[in-house]
Amino acid sequence: MTSASVYWLQQILNALQLGSIYALIALGYSLVYGILTMINFAHGDVFMVGGFLCFLAATLLGLPFVPTLLLTMTATAGLGVIIERMAYKPLRNAPRVSAIITALGVGLFLENLTLAFYPYPQHVPPLLLNVTWRLGGLALSSLQLIVISLSLTLMLVLDYVVRRTMVGLAMRAISWDKTYVPLMGVPVNLIISITFAIGAGLAGAAGTMYSLAYPVIDPYMGIMVGWKAFIAAVVGGIGTIRGAMIGAYILGGVEIIVVALLPSTYRDLVVFSLLLALIVIRPHGILGAPRAQKV
Amino acid sequence: MSAALLKHWQRAMDWRWLLPVLLAGGLVVAFAIPHFRLLNNYVQLVLICVGINIILATSLNLVNGYMGEFSLAHAGFMAVGAYSSALLSMKVLPVVTHPALFHLAVLAGGLVTALLGLLVALPSFKVRGDYLAIITLAFLMIVKSALENIDAVGGPRGISGIPRLTTLPWVFCWTAALVWLIRNFVYSSYGRGVLAIREDEIASDLMSVDTRRVKILAFMLSAFCAGIAGALFAHLLQFISPRVFDIVKTTEILIMVYLGGIASIGGSILGATLYTVLLELLRPSTVAALLSWLPAVVFNPLNEYFIRHLGMLRMIIMPLALVMVMLYWPRGILGMREFRGFIPLGDRWPPPAVRPRGADVA
Amino acid sequence: MKKNLSRFLNLLVLLAAMALVGCGARAPKEETIKIGAIVELTGDMPAVGASSRNAAELAVGALNHAGGIVIAGKRYRVELVTEDNAAKPDQSAAAANKLITQDEVIAIIGPNASLGAIPAAEIAEANRTLLITPWSTNPKTTLDTASGKPKHYVFRACFTDPFEGRVLAGFITGKLGARRAAVLYDVASEAPKSQAELFRQTFERLGGNVVAFETYTTGDRDFSAQLTKIQSAKPDVVFLPAYYNDVGLIAQQARRQGIDGILIGSDAWSSPELVKLAQGAVEGAYFANHYSTDIATPVAREFIAAYQQKYGKIPDDVAALTYDSMGLLFQALKTASAPERQAVRDAMAAISGYPGVTGDIRFTPGSGDPVKSVVMMQVKGGQFAWVTNAAP
Repeated sequence: MTSASVYWLQQILNALQLGSIYALIALGYSLVYGILTMINFAHGDVFMVGGFLCFLAATLLGLPFVPTLLLTMTATAGLGVIIERMAYKPLRNAPRVSAIITALGVGLFLENLTLAFYPYPQHVPPLLLNVTWRLGGLALSSLQLIVISLSLTLMLVLDYVVRRTMVGLAMRAISWDKTYVPLMGVPVNLIISITFAIGAGLAGAAGTMYSLAYPVIDPYMGIMVGWKAFIAAVVGGIGTIRGAMIGAYILGGVEIIVVALLPSTYRDLVVFSLLLALIVIRPHGILGAPRAQKV
Repeated sequence: MSAALLKHWQRAMDWRWLLPVLLAGGLVVAFAIPHFRLLNNYVQLVLICVGINIILATSLNLVNGYMGEFSLAHAGFMAVGAYSSALLSMKVLPVVTHPALFHLAVLAGGLVTALLGLLVALPSFKVRGDYLAIITLAFLMIVKSALENIDAVGGPRGISGIPRLTTLPWVFCWTAALVWLIRNFVYSSYGRGVLAIREDEIASDLMSVDTRRVKILAFMLSAFCAGIAGALFAHLLQFISPRVFDIVKTTEILIMVYLGGIASIGGSILGATLYTVLLELLRPSTVAALLSWLPAVVFNPLNEYFIRHLGMLRMIIMPLALVMVMLYWPRGILGMREFRGFIPLGDRWPPPAVRPRGADVA
Repeated sequence: MKKNLSRFLNLLVLLAAMALVGCGARAPKEETIKIGAIVELTGDMPAVGASSRNAAELAVGALNHAGGIVIAGKRYRVELVTEDNAAKPDQSAAAANKLITQDEVIAIIGPNASLGAIPAAEIAEANRTLLITPWSTNPKTTLDTASGKPKHYVFRACFTDPFEGRVLAGFITGKLGARRAAVLYDVASEAPKSQAELFRQTFERLGGNVVAFETYTTGDRDFSAQLTKIQSAKPDVVFLPAYYNDVGLIAQQARRQGIDGILIGSDAWSSPELVKLAQGAVEGAYFANHYSTDIATPVAREFIAAYQQKYGKIPDDVAALTYDSMGLLFQALKTASAPERQAVRDAMAAISGYPGVTGDIRFTPGSGDPVKSVVMMQVKGGQFAWVTNAAP
């Protein structure tokens, strides 16, 4: 393998890892938007709480990887449902912007609450044995492979749930029409709560994997990741699951490629300019379908 | 009893000379305070910040409240205004010798930002709602990232040593002028076009509202005001860097707007004042000073467990309070309602007792 | 309805009365003199702010316990007013303003990070109030931006970036004999950026070759792209002038990518949190520091013991420098002709030899920068070990 191809292969792996984590978070945004047309700006902070819960489970309870992952996913799913019930449900009939501001408020609250408990960045103990295989210059990390494969598995499971199960059918129905579907016997509140639970659970999984891949966690880590995942969801077409996944991998890829080619100072500039261009050219995202407006 | 009070209040608000008198009085007070040192520098600083935040909140309310969009670019506009005016007053204009040129620099900052507002308005023709939010967010990030990369404007170090030219009377003048400008825009035919776009864009387009022109004007005015606020901010703090104008700053302005009330100028003023003053009041040292008269037995444990951690506690309590406010007043405290003094006489309800001579005067 | 209204009004009147009384009643019990401290209690580097505050409170507590301070023949108690700047420039400026005009402090200690220290220094200079920063190494803090000449009212207790860059480059080419260096720094942060650039200038002047000069932004977690580039450039050493929270991630990812070169750090590495966050990845790395517990003088040992007794941990360099800043300030207060800001400032400038925890501190006339040595440290066995000193 030439050194150039090794270099690019390495970058591709980096991009896949980053993209996988963005994808898990972007899915949460898309699910919630699809069903409630609401941008849940607290989602990035739910991801951050997931990371801290993983830290707690590993240090206080001393659990190994799989129980930590399950515990974190369950706990963040519960957190998602609590947030939905307390802060979003009362605002379902209010203007959308109030829900958005409430979401921002909830996010700030989560950040500062975590900051109150953990003002210093914390180190997450390595729960996964991180073996690095050197294949002719390429540094293959077992952690990277686990993150990528686990994320893809979770996404496939979600895709199956949404397309092949009754719960998924109900979710898709409600996202299509909220007035008449309940008349067909679909328990709207329950399905909405389930949607939030799934989205938050995925964010919790992303938080766990992120804190294992980048073992220094702090309460502000959800902000930029959250906004970037949101952009990824919109680029892919917000409201669609496949779109969120595609958008996330594109974003991860672009970020890594830009840093690989240009001086890293230009990363944010180029990434956001490209995204801006993409949205202007194709406003509904890659897989998003413009909803026809009845006049 | 409250009904009679309300009627007296409305009668007072309907007095033709109310606003001019208030403005003149405010101007006199604003000049007197620094001249006679009625309040110390710190309180003056807080008042100036309140003024700047009022400009920011009112201009964002124009786009987010009245037009119903969701713009996240406001901190970016502020940044552009701050940087351009700072560069002008430091490198180009001899501001130190001719302080009046300061206003030229501020105005220029606003105009440059208005041009940028035009740029942001363009995508808004095709795109609405959440997609526009992304575009404005991308714009904010691009501005911040660009400023960090251009070494000529200091890069991440920013610009320091900006002459301190923002004073209380000037801030009062600029705030009054810009609020007056926005209020007049809102109650003009363009403003009604803005409201129409919010309610139903397609219908208003069919009813001959020039949506493109209205959107351009609204964005440009909003950006202009934000740029001026940024310029005043730069000449107050004497130091600006890209870090100051990030998404957190936009979030703060959003909170001021939605807390005070969307589509309400009085609401923005209220939200900006409340937010700024509360944040300053809740500093540990201020609270400790205010409560220092308590006997030591009560004060010491209070200090140890509560006041020392107030810095942390207030950041937990404020978002929670915001959520509470949103749950009870989803449109903000004064949402969709307006301070009677700002509404044109012809639009007021109940109508003023004494009608001015001639046609309806706005 | 009416009852609720009257109850509400009563409560309002009561609160207003409390507020009014509170505003008025601030009569001090004895003569006190106030010193302001601006520290980073929240934000990116709370460990720095906490250390600084601890040391400041220790110093003030010890002084008051010993009976206070005598200025111009009169005895005073010292009160410390602490403000948080959340490691942000605009909050630093606001805090400085508040301390100077509202709290009427006689002098200010801090902020520590250069991005907060520079704006606060501007405000202090404009208001003719003495400001001494314990930890800010950026030369701009004590220089007037317009004229380039030193400020009159701003001092620091540590060495500056240009000096540190020279020492580090000299150490690497000399002691480590390295010729190829890679640099990875935070482009959005003042101190790392200027340190990276100064290092490159000096290293190339000494004949070295900077093979990679990569950047990231504050808050980044993933450095794989930049590290891959660095790894393919095959450097001998990697210079990481980052704050302790970033070093952990960078060092671990670097090792995983197969970068085996020696890691070099700036004085921003000095927090004890560093090893906790970086674990084994920084083993064997060298960095610049302001003091070392290994070569402690009797003065330093006393401070370390007192700090450990009160707070249960070994003080880091921020704490030591803050303690020295307070000591310098007390010295200036003692020798001042009056408890006025100008007199205190003149007394500070006249200090010709103060035996501090971080070494002997003296100011050259016309400059707020002290003459001090850099202490080179190495991470050995998870602890910081002293290697050598480098004098100017």
